[in-house]
Amino acid sequence: MSRIICSAAIRGAHKIVDMAEEKYEEALKKYGPEKEVAFPNTAYFLPIIYSMLGAKVQTLGDMKDIFQECRKLLPPLVTDSLWLPYLAPALDSGMATFFAEEMFEAIRYLDAPEFYTKTEDPTASNIWLGAADDVIFRKRGVEFVDGTAPGFAAIMGSPADKEMASKIALELQEKNLYIFMHDQTNGISMPEQLVANGVQIGWNTRLVPFGKSYTTAVFAIGFACRVAMAFGGIKPGDYHGNLIYNKDRTFAFVMAFGEVSDEWYANAAGAINWGFPTISDWDIPQVLPTGICTYEHVVSKVPHEEIVQKAIEVRGLKVNVTKIDIPMSFGPAFEGERVRKDDLFMECGGGRTPGVEVLISKDMSEVEDGLVTIEGPDIKDIEQGHNLPLAILVEVAGREMQSDFEPILERQFHHLINYIQGIMHMGQRNIMWIRIGKGAVEKGLSFTHIGKVLHGKLHQEFGAIIDKIQVKLYTTPEKVAEVMELAKHTYASRDERLGSMTDETEEIFYSCTLCQSFAPSHVCVITPERVGMCGAYNWLDGKASFQINPTGPNQPIQKGECTDPMNGYFTGINEFVQQASRGAVPQVSCYSLMNDPMTACGCFEAIAAMLPQANGVMFVNRDYMGMTPSGMKFTTLAGMAGGGAQTPGFMGVSKHYITSPKLLLAEGGLKRVVWLPKMLKDELADKLRQRCKDLGMPELFDMIATEEQGTTEEEILAFLKEKGHPALTMETAV
Amino acid sequence: MAVKRNGCEGCTDITCASSKQVLAQDIAKGVKTAYDRIKARGMSACLFGSGGTCCRNCNMGPCQIIDGVEEMIGVCGATADTVAARNFARIIASGSAAHTDHAREMVRGFLETAKGHGPHQIKDVKKLMSLAEVFGIATEGREVKDVAIELGEKALAEFGKQDNTPISMLKRAVPKRQAIWNKLGIAPRGIDREIVEMMHRTHMGVDQDYENIMLQGSRCALSDGWGASMLSTELTDIMFGTPVPRRAIVDLGSLKPDQVNICVHGHEPLLAEALCIAAQESDMLEMAKSQGAKGINLVGVCCTGNEILMRRGIPVAAGFVQQEIVLSTGAVEAMIGDVQCIMQSVVEVAKNFHTEIITTNYRAKMAGAKHIQFEEEEALKSAKSILAHAIKNYKKRGKFFIPKEEKLDVVVGFSHETINYMLGGSFRASYRPLNDNIINGRIRGVAAIVGCDNFKLDDDVHEIIARELIKNNILVLATGCAATSLGRAGLLNPAAIKYCGASLREVCEAVGMPPVLHMGSCVDNSRILIAATQMVKQGGLGDDISDLPAIGTAPLWMSEKAVAIGQYFVASGAQVVFQDLPTSGAKKFNKYLLEGLMGPMGAHWNVAKEPLEIARLMIEAIEAKREALGINKKKERVLFDMEMRRDLGGNKAIGDAGCTGATHHA
Repeated sequence: MSRIICSAAIRGAHKIVDMAEEKYEEALKKYGPEKEVAFPNTAYFLPIIYSMLGAKVQTLGDMKDIFQECRKLLPPLVTDSLWLPYLAPALDSGMATFFAEEMFEAIRYLDAPEFYTKTEDPTASNIWLGAADDVIFRKRGVEFVDGTAPGFAAIMGSPADKEMASKIALELQEKNLYIFMHDQTNGISMPEQLVANGVQIGWNTRLVPFGKSYTTAVFAIGFACRVAMAFGGIKPGDYHGNLIYNKDRTFAFVMAFGEVSDEWYANAAGAINWGFPTISDWDIPQVLPTGICTYEHVVSKVPHEEIVQKAIEVRGLKVNVTKIDIPMSFGPAFEGERVRKDDLFMECGGGRTPGVEVLISKDMSEVEDGLVTIEGPDIKDIEQGHNLPLAILVEVAGREMQSDFEPILERQFHHLINYIQGIMHMGQRNIMWIRIGKGAVEKGLSFTHIGKVLHGKLHQEFGAIIDKIQVKLYTTPEKVAEVMELAKHTYASRDERLGSMTDETEEIFYSCTLCQSFAPSHVCVITPERVGMCGAYNWLDGKASFQINPTGPNQPIQKGECTDPMNGYFTGINEFVQQASRGAVPQVSCYSLMNDPMTACGCFEAIAAMLPQANGVMFVNRDYMGMTPSGMKFTTLAGMAGGGAQTPGFMGVSKHYITSPKLLLAEGGLKRVVWLPKMLKDELADKLRQRCKDLGMPELFDMIATEEQGTTEEEILAFLKEKGHPALTMETAV
Repeated sequence: MAVKRNGCEGCTDITCASSKQVLAQDIAKGVKTAYDRIKARGMSACLFGSGGTCCRNCNMGPCQIIDGVEEMIGVCGATADTVAARNFARIIASGSAAHTDHAREMVRGFLETAKGHGPHQIKDVKKLMSLAEVFGIATEGREVKDVAIELGEKALAEFGKQDNTPISMLKRAVPKRQAIWNKLGIAPRGIDREIVEMMHRTHMGVDQDYENIMLQGSRCALSDGWGASMLSTELTDIMFGTPVPRRAIVDLGSLKPDQVNICVHGHEPLLAEALCIAAQESDMLEMAKSQGAKGINLVGVCCTGNEILMRRGIPVAAGFVQQEIVLSTGAVEAMIGDVQCIMQSVVEVAKNFHTEIITTNYRAKMAGAKHIQFEEEEALKSAKSILAHAIKNYKKRGKFFIPKEEKLDVVVGFSHETINYMLGGSFRASYRPLNDNIINGRIRGVAAIVGCDNFKLDDDVHEIIARELIKNNILVLATGCAATSLGRAGLLNPAAIKYCGASLREVCEAVGMPPVLHMGSCVDNSRILIAATQMVKQGGLGDDISDLPAIGTAPLWMSEKAVAIGQYFVASGAQVVFQDLPTSGAKKFNKYLLEGLMGPMGAHWNVAKEPLEIARLMIEAIEAKREALGINKKKERVLFDMEMRRDLGGNKAIGDAGCTGATHHA
């Protein structure tokens, strides 16, 4: 019965708060109250405390108030008879547990900075990654937003053996869930089991070893809190909004292996506040009545064979998985998996051999649906280390198919092929590169499986526009060369068509509300010359998506009359946005940072920010972790640009937009750009140089500062003056 | 006269073990209780009075009316239906008046407290602010004191309000119910005014249409439920603290052999609270010691007992029917009363012992009792002088008997706020789990057992009904003397879940609550209105109280207040069951109450005599509501995919922009 659970949870919470407070007192003596504390590279402070209480814990001294809050929340222990209602006190003590654990872990970062790797993947000497920084969080958060990851399993402890651990991990991966791993059972942790069984762990395979003590459960819960704040527009301190957001949208649950300690109970009780139930393999009481979680709160004694199925049922998650008939596992969880040197069986493309992939549309009569052929040797015919040239020619036909959709379909190859466990795909077109692992070969991989995957998944996702798909694979040099010629010709005509498309040539733009499951109050406007800020959706994607699903997230917007070509005001867009935001956003400019800038969900690739002193604009990309001349890091800027509000001077953009001819026309375009992180400038170098040349200022490229010139406005101002940057003499932008 | 102490032939039994033990003692031999008097009276109740057809409203009669006999209508021509309706309406008016006058004292006490006078403080600031919002009082950046004074003044103005706009707290009701009131024209305007109008309309020769009379009957009752009673509950909470779960004991065994035992009897907690504070002061404790007592043991009787039980965990020694029996222990130094439900017989009972009966309110004096006026302006001083009187009496105590084994552990304090918190904690507080488990059928519905106890039926009626309800997985809310009685039956103890049906038990276990929740005194039935409204607002159970699988009963009603409560429940959309109504002599009017009110109100009165019959009627009514809501159908578990998640949580901010059916193809 649940009295046992609540009693244990409250006991556990007392122990945890005591322990954390003791640690805090020690730290206070050692470092003093002014000592800064933080989780690595995040703008969300200690995210649970920040999201629930609105309190920013920045120094050790800040923790004092939070410990007082913990003490207020901690109830007396449950009595054996004549007990008072214990559910609510247990939930409160679970919350106190998380506050205490976050502070405990923050002090750990102070005491032992190298305790966690702070990387995406384990290192040779340490498997424990610690809290996700904002770079990882935003990258992965996008998958929560677009639905590729419906939630996560927070695992406590480990199953009986490494085989079962691997099986459970694989099943969870196949449900597209993230697997956050904590603590151990009988001295063995689950990540150790997985590594011992040759399973690749880390953020890339969604198998995330957070930490070896139960206190790291806060890294999982804190991730959920940040998702609500970054993408859901939930304000810090709006605890109710955050908890309900997660209950409704983040399909997470706790999976506990082995005997349940008081401390685990305390953590489980905390998680229930978020609507995350606990599924245990141990013989503990159950809490089946519903209400805080969507369905049951605690389900126990579940055999390992059924635990994943049971968990998703209890959480109320429906996973639509199409079965692709190949001998390897398949799904988004394997997209980031790598094939390392030691695992490598063979490679195609990537400079080793010629490699090309192309999709072309044909007449209905020319395509035989489901046909997958291979000409030349297959994998079974070669030895390890023997690389082959490879051409993948996909021919499609459909009554609704247009040649404009070819590049969109072709762009799917990358993630679809990556979805196959044991295969790694990089690049695209004729610079594609496939690495095949030994594991996949052992399971009987054939090139034809790639064909089956492309056939099955393209049908599934684009069934509304294509009726027939055939896949031809070639591994002989002659045939590959032949396809290469065909492909180059196709690319050339495509690029020409795309290049000639501008905001003036098209009458219809597209909205994008794909992120609505996570960012309910934001709407993107995608134009031919302004790609969606996530970088993943261009105008053609919008068009194709609308064709595929006429009531879907991409709707056509008649752009209407252009009332201001510099700011990019269009009557049709304003009408649409006003109505779609219920009047919250009355007008939106397409080309301005200062006047009615476009709102953002939180999954932007980069942020534009005004630098008043330099009279210019800077951009910073998500992966750049350093300081910027705005005085803020990306993570802090993201808080200003996201959340669905219009904040003049801050805007989320795609990297692609930085090289668009329509870049911030109202502020003077590329000539206003004064600073980019070096990594971004390098990435965009070719296109940027071209744009500078087009503007008649080829020297502009070298006038744009990076962190090498400085990370404060003063520093870069000196550089800009020296170079004579045009922004300095432009009219003031603020 | 030899009285059979276990009731009498043809009348009711005392089943309560402690009551029986006390009455069996030699020291209680000379005590005459209500049980004895029922037998001694030797006649049954007047049929015209019982049926509601005796009219004394003018001096042409009194007229006894016999429905259907042409010659037996009133001298003025008033029919049985008119007479019964007028009498019934006057019961409502009297009951409402009792709550109203009680509430007025509480509001006045609140205003004094807000101004910083007297021993009390504003204890629940959060509740103050939320109630201020209901009254349209600005709170931002203002001192607690200023908000409280404004609230007190506005609340006091509700009583004497003369314009035709509705009283303030009506807007807490669900919109559909407010619309019904407005359509019928029965939204109360001023609390006192509705009682006055009720008395006027039932004067000779005014309102002589029973349906029209009952419209004002409803308005008068609503001015009690959503006006007087609610003001009293809410302001008392703000001043003395909103009840939270706490342990306590009930029954006669809460008297202490070596302490000064003082019974606080009546209804208005202002006196009781002052006594509680005074009893902890060192000078009072010193005085008790000097008299040879180890301390001062305050215990409650009747509803004032429920008030201090809920807020302070002070034991309730006796419900209404035990007020003579608690004195029969010989262990009570003083019984201190204020207003309502104090039987005149206590003076006679006390004469057998050293016990003093002290009246404290100028409105409520009794021959033979000592009167010490409780002065609110000097509450503590006043309370101390009353206490001193009792303490000095300790030495006079003679033989006494306290039934030691008979005290029952209870968990009390289930205010609306407590229920909201206990179902989800500080961060997820809501009625969602309650609604969810009603929808999924673990809890079939909610029943309120409220009101008095009396001598017409056995004293275990509440218990029998409650046991039957919880066995059938119905959660029980209790107030007033009914709650005390259920406490004596052991049902306010969380261990009582063993008497529940399996699925209710599961929910009670999950929350850690008893299957019967004590929500306070009889004036606190307004908490049930708020709780029911909250259930509707939480969603999934219809859009009015009349849709909820919920029903109330006052099976042993005695006081006119119970009828006022019953009528405000019905007018708020909740069904009620009483064991009888004084309307049975008027066929059409009786039928109107038992069926006809369904039309305008969506709820009606019910009558059932036997406890199990009452329970069955309640269970059937709840099941019928479940059927109507369509929640009795077996439902498959809904699993959510991406598209469904996108539609969750009512986030329709981007209405027509298209937000379903996306396909990921990044």
